[in-house]
Amino acid sequence: MADAEIVVITSGKGGVGKTTTSAAFATGLAMRGLKTVVIDFDVGLRNLDLIMGCERRVVYDFVNVINEEANIHQAMIKDKRADNLYILPASQTRDKDALSKEGVERVINQLKEEFDYIVCDSPAGIETGAQMALYFADKAIIVTNPEVSSVRDSDRILGILSSKSKRAEENLEPVKEMLLLTRYEPYRVERGDMLSVQDVEEILSIPLLGVIPESKAVLRASNAGSPVILDEQSDAGQAYHDAVSRFLGEDKPHRFLEIEKKGILQRLFKSKEREGAY
Amino acid sequence: MSFLRSIKDRFCPPARSTATTAKERLQIVISNERLKRDQIDFLPNLQMDLVNVIAKYFNVDLDQIKEQIKVDLESNNGQSVLELNITLPDASLDEL
Ligand SMILES: Nc1ncnc2c1ncn2[C@@H]1O[C@H](COP(=O)(O)OP(=O)(O)OP(=O)(O)O)[C@@H](O)[C@H]1O
Ligand SMILES: [Mg+2]
Repeated sequence: MADAEIVVITSGKGGVGKTTTSAAFATGLAMRGLKTVVIDFDVGLRNLDLIMGCERRVVYDFVNVINEEANIHQAMIKDKRADNLYILPASQTRDKDALSKEGVERVINQLKEEFDYIVCDSPAGIETGAQMALYFADKAIIVTNPEVSSVRDSDRILGILSSKSKRAEENLEPVKEMLLLTRYEPYRVERGDMLSVQDVEEILSIPLLGVIPESKAVLRASNAGSPVILDEQSDAGQAYHDAVSRFLGEDKPHRFLEIEKKGILQRLFKSKEREGAY
Repeated sequence: MSFLRSIKDRFCPPARSTATTAKERLQIVISNERLKRDQIDFLPNLQMDLVNVIAKYFNVDLDQIKEQIKVDLESNNGQSVLELNITLPDASLDEL
């Protein structure tokens, strides 16, 4: 099999939707027949297992593999819903330096031979943990909320990508950066209370991969431990599907950017479809 | 409610939207931060080049002079000042 492509899901700022996106994206890739492993780099704050619904099946973790206390196949958890999907959980250790560059490289090189995609769920921040998650990346999905501190931190992480990644250090072709704007609320944008997609695109000047609306489906999905992309009725689920398609080169128009305008009857009968928080 | 709002907006237009303010503030802070980042990238290179040039004209040890060069770039009110501070050991002026 060809060498896997390494995709980091990163943001600088915490709590913007990286783990939600990692789970959705990895599942979406696997649903399209691509063999995918999603790695939780958030050492000490393991959560991807909960979002993927495999928390009770964790035996060994990423740090165990790096320390050669377990092999990669003992540590990876095969997803129960998608055939081609594996999860490598983070360790709960409080030792921040548990991941060494050499150790991570060894594990990634091993995974590269078996998989089409390696998705790295980055911890928040711009320090060691986040730098480790993005170091080996070929592509970076920058998860951003339409809010000042998130946009600024996204720009900081772009700075790290262009100076501290392996590709930057070795003067290779730069990491391909893509913007994923999440928790978008068209209603507030229209009122002038929230930065628009165009605003954020203009400020960060990187290509737009997708816009995920603020959605009640996301909390329901994490309650159930089932990535929101599997809720195909939901706006967020559909928006993630579109983003995965675009990532794979398909041309998909952006949806959920405007307030849905519905007649009163439609509103009565279809109100369940409306998942946004407005 | 949007009908009422549009009537209200017609008669007393809303103040500048907070999103516009946010965008302008972000553009300023981010362009400043990018400038700083780029400087951090090129200052070490500038310093290395200076070391090599100086070694051509003075009798100095490369590793020694590296420690003796200070390069600083300060940006203020649309002006930038490049500050160079080079300490040469006495011996470097001999045997020229
Ligand atoms: N599109 C969305 N609509 C509504 N809620 C969302 C959306 N995306 C994420 N959330 C919520 O935001 C919170 C943070 O999400 P998540 O854990 O994915 O962020 P994170 O960036 O991984 O956080 P951390 O930096 O702590 O790792 C969660 O409660 C999640 O349910
Ligand atoms: Mg997370």
